[in-house]
Amino acid sequence: MTKKANRAVKIDASGLLYRELNARLREVVSNGTQRIELRNVCGQRYIGTDLGRPVEIEIFGTPGNDLGAFMDGPRITVRGNAQDGCGNTMNNGEIIVHGHAGDISGLSARGGKIFVREDVGYRAGIHMKEYQDRRPALVIGGTAQDFLGEYMAGGILILLGLNLKEGEHHKANYIGTGMHGGIIYLRGSVEAFQLGKEVGVAELEEKDHQTLQGFVGEFAAHFGYDAQAILKHRFTKLFPLWIRPYGRLYAY
Amino acid sequence: MKDLSKVNNPYGDDKVIDACSIFGMMDTAGRRFPGKDIVRAIANMHIRGNGLGGGFAVYGLYPQYADQYAFHIMYLSREGKSEVEAFIKQRFRLLHAEEVPTQPTPAIVNPPLVWRYFLEVEPQQCDGQSQDNYVVDRVMEVNTKIEDAFVFSSGKDMAVFKGVGYPEEIAEYFRLEQYEGYLWTAHGRFPTNTPGWWGGAHPFNILDWTVVHNGEISSYGINRRYLEQFGYHCAMHTDTEVIAYAIDLLMRRHSLPIEIVAKILAPSFWSAIERRPPAEQELLRTLRQVYGSLLLNGPFTIIIAHHGEMIGFTDRIRLRPLTVGVKGPVLYLSSEESAIRLVCPDLDRAWIPTGGEPIVGSLERPLVPQEVEVAGGGNIRC
Repeated sequence: MTKKANRAVKIDASGLLYRELNARLREVVSNGTQRIELRNVCGQRYIGTDLGRPVEIEIFGTPGNDLGAFMDGPRITVRGNAQDGCGNTMNNGEIIVHGHAGDISGLSARGGKIFVREDVGYRAGIHMKEYQDRRPALVIGGTAQDFLGEYMAGGILILLGLNLKEGEHHKANYIGTGMHGGIIYLRGSVEAFQLGKEVGVAELEEKDHQTLQGFVGEFAAHFGYDAQAILKHRFTKLFPLWIRPYGRLYAY
Repeated sequence: MKDLSKVNNPYGDDKVIDACSIFGMMDTAGRRFPGKDIVRAIANMHIRGNGLGGGFAVYGLYPQYADQYAFHIMYLSREGKSEVEAFIKQRFRLLHAEEVPTQPTPAIVNPPLVWRYFLEVEPQQCDGQSQDNYVVDRVMEVNTKIEDAFVFSSGKDMAVFKGVGYPEEIAEYFRLEQYEGYLWTAHGRFPTNTPGWWGGAHPFNILDWTVVHNGEISSYGINRRYLEQFGYHCAMHTDTEVIAYAIDLLMRRHSLPIEIVAKILAPSFWSAIERRPPAEQELLRTLRQVYGSLLLNGPFTIIIAHHGEMIGFTDRIRLRPLTVGVKGPVLYLSSEESAIRLVCPDLDRAWIPTGGEPIVGSLERPLVPQEVEVAGGGNIRC
């Protein structure tokens, strides 16, 4: 590795269209750059797509929709909020959002990790999936809006509820509607009516605690929290009751 | 004769997958400001639209004619104009008429002629009817009975500017840099099921009510038929038109507050109603029964505005995006947060509201600058 490759390449994104910005990213990554700092990002979409290498990208500003779409390897840190579709169909890599994220965070992700410090919008983790050793994870520090984990087919979704007051429930309804794979860990409580019909509730087992240790540890390290303080609260596990909930719906 | 080139998609790009963009900003302290920021903000969401519609609503626009109805009318032919002007002279007292100033803009092709008229209603003209109801009836009359003419803005001290083009091009064409208002809304269009023509651009308006909308109203047919009973006739070939008339009916004629109106347009699910206290259950059931035909089905995010108030909300399950930003007394509503941050990087707060929950900015209850509680400010604790 040369010294040059180690230095962060700075790109001022002001006024750049998403195509121009992503072309520029491809260009600098193809030159062997390992670290990129994007300044003044304001709504440019698909940042981090199509790079195929484990580069570090630090974003200052507000990246546009589908941040890290189809991403395969890079690690993106957002110093601000993310919009809708963050981590869309991501295959590998990491997205760390120092703020909140919009709707459909982590949709159809099939690998990689997403950490959001605050809340997420509707349908976080919709249709996340897993295959062999690929297992995506979405860790949310705050709370979520409705349809969390909708149609979830695989992966791990962790909702920490750090901004809930003592005794306050998560507000999301229809949690895990249509869920048929993967697992959701909830810290903080929900009422039975908030869960989708396809979801079962269980106590954590030893291997669940191990999984949580790892991801909550990473979350805490990213955002400066005490992982043990987070972990000492009670967690609930949500799992799909059926692998094919609608298997017989259209069979005559 | 309708000119087909004005109603068909000249780009032949029907299959582009995109979405509309909406943006609103209001100074709840009532200070008027120019449109520069809102044009930049809506242009930042350029790729959400496809150039087949852009528009703006501006409030506090005509202080010199604050008490007159400002009709903005688009004409597709000279005959339409002379017929409408004869109609206006007969039905109103005309204080002033002029062509809406425009400038040649390369992207704007084949524009209709757009004129504005400042009008008063004489007591003997409305014959006991309220002036507002009289004006609504006359707007419907022009839009349904006179060929080649459409009243697309009819409120006092406000106006809609809209047409076929990207919103920033429409702003350039209508020279919006010359205007000021305390409340602006904007729209960039990606037409889904209906033609991209000048009248089909947003905002949609009646009196001083305007609506910009991202989504599809699949209940358009039932909504339209219900509104026809009250004298509203849809003439713009676009689903959003029903929202403007529904709002006028519910908020002006039936004097319902927005909290109730939100429960009519985006009612709580029956299962959610069952979990409410008994008195609230009764109210919510009654609203669904009485106003069932005004339920807006399908995905939507809308920004409604009238004098003194700007309201944003989405369908119950939030199938279209909306982000709220607040900076001191200024309220921002947008499809995307980045558009707000472009014009106001140091927001006090930014958040994503719950589906069906109206976000209201009001002159009567101005937002007060509060202790900064920055989204992303790290004030969550475990």
